[in-house]
Amino acid sequence: MIPAIKIEQVQKHYGALQALKGIDLTIEQGEFFALLGPNGAGKSTLINLLAGLIKPTSGKLAVMGFDVQADYRQARHALGVVPQELVFDPFFNVREMLRFQAGYFGRGPENDEWVDEIIECLGLADKAHTNMRKLSGGMKRRALIAQALAHRPPVIVLDEPTAGVDVELRQMLWEFIKRLNRDGHTVILTTHYLEEAETLCSRVAMMKQGQIIALDTTANLLKKIPGKNLRLKLSAALPESLRPLLRHEEAFEYMLALTEVTQVEAVLAQIRQAAIAVEDMQLIEADLEDVFVDLVSKP
Amino acid sequence: MSIISARMRGPWTLFKKELLRFWRVSFQTVAAPVMTALLYLLVFSHVLEGRVQVHGLNYTSFLIPGLIMMSVLQNAFANSSSSLIQSKVMGNLVFVLLTPLSYLEFFLAFLLASVVRGVAVGLGIYLVAIVFIDLPMAHPLLVLMFAVAGSAFLGAFGIIAGIWADKFDQMAAFQNFIIMPLSFLSGVFYSIHSLPPFWQTVSHLNPFFYMIDGFRYGFFGVSDISPLISLSIVLGSFFAISWLALTMLKSGYKLRG
Ligand SMILES: Nc1ncnc2c1ncn2[C@@H]1O[C@H](COP(=O)(O)OP(=O)(O)OP(=O)(O)O)[C@@H](O)[C@H]1O
Ligand SMILES: [Mg+2]
Repeated sequence: MIPAIKIEQVQKHYGALQALKGIDLTIEQGEFFALLGPNGAGKSTLINLLAGLIKPTSGKLAVMGFDVQADYRQARHALGVVPQELVFDPFFNVREMLRFQAGYFGRGPENDEWVDEIIECLGLADKAHTNMRKLSGGMKRRALIAQALAHRPPVIVLDEPTAGVDVELRQMLWEFIKRLNRDGHTVILTTHYLEEAETLCSRVAMMKQGQIIALDTTANLLKKIPGKNLRLKLSAALPESLRPLLRHEEAFEYMLALTEVTQVEAVLAQIRQAAIAVEDMQLIEADLEDVFVDLVSKP
Repeated sequence: MSIISARMRGPWTLFKKELLRFWRVSFQTVAAPVMTALLYLLVFSHVLEGRVQVHGLNYTSFLIPGLIMMSVLQNAFANSSSSLIQSKVMGNLVFVLLTPLSYLEFFLAFLLASVVRGVAVGLGIYLVAIVFIDLPMAHPLLVLMFAVAGSAFLGAFGIIAGIWADKFDQMAAFQNFIIMPLSFLSGVFYSIHSLPPFWQTVSHLNPFFYMIDGFRYGFFGVSDISPLISLSIVLGSFFAISWLALTMLKSGYKLRG
């Protein structure tokens, strides 16, 4: 099967700044894929290249087998993009914008039913005739998602779709996007909420400074890291002997990485030996955030 | 069943959106320029009527076609340029850039909407003016051709300005230092034969001059230059500027980094 996304040796330079330093990435059809990375890692740059909004310095990108430059028409038909910025057109209302958006892709009145369906699913029904300017931030975000879907693209890319969105809407959005994925759409998203990526996405790429530093299934990434985190609040500084286990620290609060629960005994013994009191203690399941922090904080 | 094919629907939709964009605020985009032109007409004709004759016409009659054409041109420019700069500053141009529309379709949609706005404003001034003033129209087809060709030229010019400008003040500079001088120094208010030779030569380098002169010929059958020469020059300028606009769009200049 043709991959939904194929990115080969892509570089993007802005003057001296190397925003992307040679990205290779293939995403299969039907995947639910997360692109993670700190601010400035190059996630949006990669998405903008896929959308044809910017041109690569070198390398090739294809959507559903269509080169984003040579076969830009087919590539763009196959792609729905939700931009990171909350952009809107102040002249029109929600339904008009959606119909225009479908129209640009050659879809006419026969598509209106679908437009009404996405309006319904995204909870925009009572705002359908509201001018875009008058929508709240969260509503604008929904309208932006709706616009990306108006032409029924098989591949959907969402650049931080849940930024600035309340918990309730986030749940609703994810239900909707999960449904699209079940219906066969390929979904690619960037997010800073790692638990989202962890619960939703089957595969994850972690980016840092224009490179992919980890690319694996969510399950494998989780396996790579020690399974438990031990959070300790101590009366004094952590004994030197325990420092190798340290994941991060703040004042006298420490997060230690453990491979198995039985290590707790030994850790506590060493603390007791150093005559330090344990003021609080918690054992936490490691998550994607730990992988992320580990990888990103490595030099 | 729809009369528009799927292939044509994309550019058609963009054209329709651009039309609606100015039509929704037609009070500002059509009524206001009509009002401005009528004020010019009222003031100038009142002051100069009876004292000045041009081409053997009384001054008010001479003035009206020039004023109409000046408004046509300015509004055609305003339409494409303001739409582009606004959607660039607001960021919503991305909605169009994400679509499969080609650079040619993009160009044509903005261009045609500019022509419609220019012609609508011109028609508005004409309809109000003929209520008060007896205005012959010797060659209606030429009037229409000059109005369409002139507004197409300015629509394409507006596309270039809209792509080039990053901020509203750059656009204002474009408008004040290029469009306004060109339209005022084009013989709207006088025949260039009344100018000193040097300024006559300069006027001949101004494409607006040919648009207005030819447009006026359509009404009275008299002009400074043969209307066919004017029309050729206007069309030639239109193709030249369209070529520039299309080259910019094709390269992605400022729009696709
Ligand atoms: N148009 C541009 N001109 C110059 N530099 C740019 C441009 N766009 C992005 N950059 C730079 O490229 C790098 C990658 O930016 P990008 O927006 O892709 O990051 P990101 O991973 O999406 O970050 P965030 O999580 O903050 O959205 C950054 O250093 C950014 O400053
Ligand atoms: Mg980003």
